This record gives sequence, structure tokens and C-alpha cells, in this order.
Amino acid sequence: MTTQTHASPSMDLPGGGSLAVRCQGVTKTYGKGDAAVRALRGVDLDVYTGELLMLVGPSGCGKTTLISVIAGVLDHDEGACRVLGEDLRDLSPNKRAAFRARNIGFVFQAFNLIPTLTAAENVSVPLLIQGVGRREAMARSRELLAKVGLGDRTHEMPTRLSGGQQQRVAIARGIVHNPRLLVCDEPTSALDHKTGQRILELLREVAAGTQLSLVVVTHDPRIFEFADRIAEMDDGRVRRIAEGQHHDHSTGRGGFDIAPGDSSPGGKEQA
Amino acid sequence: MLIIAIKMLLADKGKYFGIVLGVTLASLVITQQGAIFTGIMSRTFATVTDMGDPDIWVMDTKVQYIDDIKPLQSTALGRVRSVEGVAWAAPLYKGMLRARLDNGEFQNCVVLGLDDATLAGGPPSMIEGELEFLRRSDAVIVDAIGARTRLAQPDGMGGKRPLRVGDTIEINDRRGVVVGICQSMRTFQSQPVVYTTYSRATHFAPRERKLLSFVLVKAMQGVDHKDLCDRIEAASGLAAYTRDQWKWKTVMFYIENTGIPINFGIAVSLGLLIGAVITGFMFYSFIADNIRYLGTLKAMGATDATLMNMVLVQALIVGTIGFGLGAGLASLFGAAVKRSPLAFLIPWQLLVVSGSAVTVICLLAAMLSMRRVMTLEPAMVFKG
Repeated sequence: MTTQTHASPSMDLPGGGSLAVRCQGVTKTYGKGDAAVRALRGVDLDVYTGELLMLVGPSGCGKTTLISVIAGVLDHDEGACRVLGEDLRDLSPNKRAAFRARNIGFVFQAFNLIPTLTAAENVSVPLLIQGVGRREAMARSRELLAKVGLGDRTHEMPTRLSGGQQQRVAIARGIVHNPRLLVCDEPTSALDHKTGQRILELLREVAAGTQLSLVVVTHDPRIFEFADRIAEMDDGRVRRIAEGQHHDHSTGRGGFDIAPGDSSPGGKEQA
Repeated sequence: MLIIAIKMLLADKGKYFGIVLGVTLASLVITQQGAIFTGIMSRTFATVTDMGDPDIWVMDTKVQYIDDIKPLQSTALGRVRSVEGVAWAAPLYKGMLRARLDNGEFQNCVVLGLDDATLAGGPPSMIEGELEFLRRSDAVIVDAIGARTRLAQPDGMGGKRPLRVGDTIEINDRRGVVVGICQSMRTFQSQPVVYTTYSRATHFAPRERKLLSFVLVKAMQGVDHKDLCDRIEAASGLAAYTRDQWKWKTVMFYIENTGIPINFGIAVSLGLLIGAVITGFMFYSFIADNIRYLGTLKAMGATDATLMNMVLVQALIVGTIGFGLGAGLASLFGAAVKRSPLAFLIPWQLLVVSGSAVTVICLLAAMLSMRRVMTLEPAMVFKG
């Protein structure tokens, strides 16, 4: 079995460019009756192909729920959420798992590296899930680890790596299978500022020149400078979307002409 | 993915050894107690096992097991011999008689009286002397275990020595001269076994109108043993069983009429229960410890089937290792008690039973954990 990449079409926009994710009126409620908690109250959000979008907001505002929906690991209740052209709710669990395996990469706050596997083995996991042979998977993992500056640590267990190194391994794991969407949950919160900045630099570096879209949930204002756009959430809604310092009209990254009411760049307040 | 499962399993050494220990314990108890039960049951038909020659045993229809003697009329022998397909038929006396030792003590012995002409049904192997020596005057052959234990003689120095060839014993006030020592299985009650001729055995036995205990039959070559049994029963009005049928009839009598299977059943059930509880708990705890990583795999696209395969492989690995260790320890126990009076026998069927029980334990433990994996919400990986 070979790795399939870019299997799902993105959603082309009339003004050029394309969307990796389009959420419209997405709601999600946990629990029932008096215990019900409305985590998402009608989220409208677009993520453009190749951009780095940061989701920010106070604790409990729905950021984690939203990226769970976008990543296809949680069903929303109402509205529509198309990821790389697919409404993941329409897919069976196995097809959705296969979709995630092909198209989505994950970077977690606590790294979630399997402690019994070496760095290279951890990186190879997404490839093994897709059925790539162990030897080929390990070769590609070692190659990628070298690219993220850990070429000499491929045989180390995660516990023997620093926090920054572990997050580099996690990033390598997130992109080893050439996904089209990388979902990062608080990737710098367990790291000091300097290391956090390096991690974001690395994320931008690995995404450069590819069609990889990044959705990064963060509380850390010191890394906002790396964003193409910043979506601010509050009380289950996207309140405001601002252009980040990386917003670049000349490349089109994050600078598309969006219809009013959509999550447009430029710091527009949303209803 | 299976290599990940194996590495996960081996990494947490405490849990890994705990799970293996649980399986080993279950396997050990089931195999060891099962082997003792099987050993005891095999002793119930020790006489049938030792008598390798006859294909068929003929007896009174009311006989329930090997020690349940209901003597036949001597004419029964002739009736059986006349049945088509019988190569030969020989009389067998089997009785529990009291032997008097040189020190004045009495000891109950199983006395087997073999056909005077053919000595059919003799002991499986001789340690000293020959079977033919039974034709000598007052001759008896004694089994080795009986000779060195219950029939041991005073050595003149306050101790005891094994009964030897040339020694004499009294059976029912009649003299018997030991002409050989043979190898035979311990009987259910571990009494010494004394072989002699049929005519001499009937002299040893108390006077009764009928003394023929069984008729031993050898079938002609190519004759179906079960068909021959049917023909013998039809012609003689007696009961006829093949060797295996007779063994099972004896075993079933003990199983149905004694508390032995219940006692061992309780021990085996406890082993199964304790093993299942320890294994199940430890395995579930192991899965719970790794649930975050399993969730991560699920989020990254591993299907439920893949994760269940991983759990199943982990369960089968600990099951195989635990079963091997348990069965190995039980075998070592068996080797250690080989020369003791303890009954111990591990037939391959027992290993199949023990292995199946261990498999059930591991599958239960895996299923318990699989439920956790199946219901695992991959979104939990974002919950910090």
C-alpha cells in the first residue's frame, strides 16, 4: 500500500486561491438539559490553502472543540463544515479515519509521543497507519528528522529529548505523510518563549512552498507574529479575524477577497 | 502497527510482568491440579493399562468399575471362547486379599490370577525374574512399588528392606514365594499388586462358589472390537467392553460417585477465577495507562479494527508466555514428584484444556479493554 496524498480536492474560490476548510454556522453542544454546555454557537470560519491561521481566545471559548470538528475527530451538531472539500459527517467512521490518515496532521500540546518508541519510530506512525512498509516509513522518518534538526537523535526515546526537541519530533510526525491540513493544539504552551518561537519558525519553514494549511490554537501572544490571520473566539463564536504580520497580499496567502459575513481578513468584527 | 503494540506492552515492565504472572498462575493451577486429577483417574484403571494383551474385557452386566467384582460362573469362559472372531479368551481372577508379612503385620494386596496355560494379562515389564517363573510351586510376582513400601520386610536391624526374590509371604494363610519383581502402575489405593496363576489365586481366595472375575479376550486380526463386543454380549448374556470403553466406564464411575471431580473442579475454578481477575484487572489498567496514546493513534487515522488487533496481539503475547510458564512450572512440579506416591499425569489433552482456558482469560481481558478502545473518543487527545 502506498501513501496517498492530496486525495481530496480543496474548494476553489472565485477570486483565485482555494479554501482548505469552510465552517458555516457550526454548533456543538455537550450534555443535555440543564447540564448542556453550548461550546460552539454558530461558527463561521474559512481556512485558506497554504495559510497559517491562529485560533485564539480565553479558556472555554470553544477553540479546542472547533479544531476537533475541523480535524474530523468530533461531530458538530448543526451547520456545515467542509474540510478539503469533504463534509466529514457524511463519511463512515472507517472512511473518516482513512481521510484523517491521508490528509490531516496533528501536533499536540503535550506532544503525545509514544514513550516506548524512538523518535524515528514515533515519526513513522502516520505512515504505518496508512500501510507503508516499516523500512520505508523509517527511512522517510529519519530523513524528515534530519530536516527538523534532529538527524542525530533518531534513536533517542522521547523522554531523553528536551521539550523543544520533542515538539520537533511531533511536528515531523504531523507532516511525514504530506497532509494538507496540520492542526496544532497549543504547540508552544509547554515550551519557553525562545523554544516556542523556534517551533513556529519550524512550522512556517516546513509549510513554505507547500499547499499545507495550518490551524494553530494558542494562548501565547508572543507567537502571533507568525500568523497569516488570527481568529479570535469568545463564547463559542469567532468574534474577530485579524491579519497577522505574515499576511502577504503578494502571495495571496491569507489575502483573498472574501464575501462579507465570512471570516474575512482585516480585523473585521463578526456577528 | 503490531510492533508498536509489542513495544507498548513490553515497556511497562511492572504491568507486563503482572499480567504474565496472572496468566502463569491460572495456567499453573489449571495444569497442575488437572494433572493430579488425571493422574488419580488414570490409577483407577491401572490394571487395565498394565494388561496390554486383551482387546476386550468380559464381565457381569452389573459390574460398574474395575474393583467392583461380581464373579462369573466358570462356564462363561467357554461361552466367550465360542464366539466368532475371538482369537483367545483367558480367565482372570482379581481380588483384594490380605497378606501377612514376616513381622506379623497384615497388608491388603490386589491379587491377579492369570490363565495357567498362557499367563495372559501378565505385568507389562519385569525388573527381576521372569513371568514364566509363575509356573513354579507357590510362585508369586510382586510389583516393585509394593515390594519396597507396603510389603517391605524387617531387615533385622530395626529397619525395613524391600521384598526380594526368594522371600515368602502368606496370603490367606497360604504360602507364596516371590519369584519376580515387576513394574506396574500404582493402583487407585496404592495397594501392592501380586501376580500369580489363576488356579493358585483361587486357592489364595476365600472359598466361594464363583471365582472367575473377568474373561480377557483377544480379537482375531481384522475383527472390529466393538462388533465383537456386541457378539459376545449376545452370545453370553454378559457385558463386554473394549479396553478404552472399560477405562472410561471405570473413570466415569469415580467421577459420578465420588467427590473427587468436585474438589478438583473447585481448585481449577479458583485458579481460573484468580487468574482471570488478576489478568483482567492488570490488562485493563495497562490499556487505561496507554489510552492517551491509543487515542492519539485513533485521531491520526488508526481504525478501531487496527487498535483492536493491537490489543488482541498484546493479550495473545502475554497469554502465550503465561501459558508456557505455567505449563512449564507444572511439568517441573511433575518431575519433582515423579518418585513420590502423588498421582500426576499431563496428557496432551490437558494442555489443550489449559491452553483454551488461558485463551479465554486473555480474550476476556482483551474484550474488557477493547470496549474502552472502541468507545474512545479521538477528540480526547485535545483535552490536555
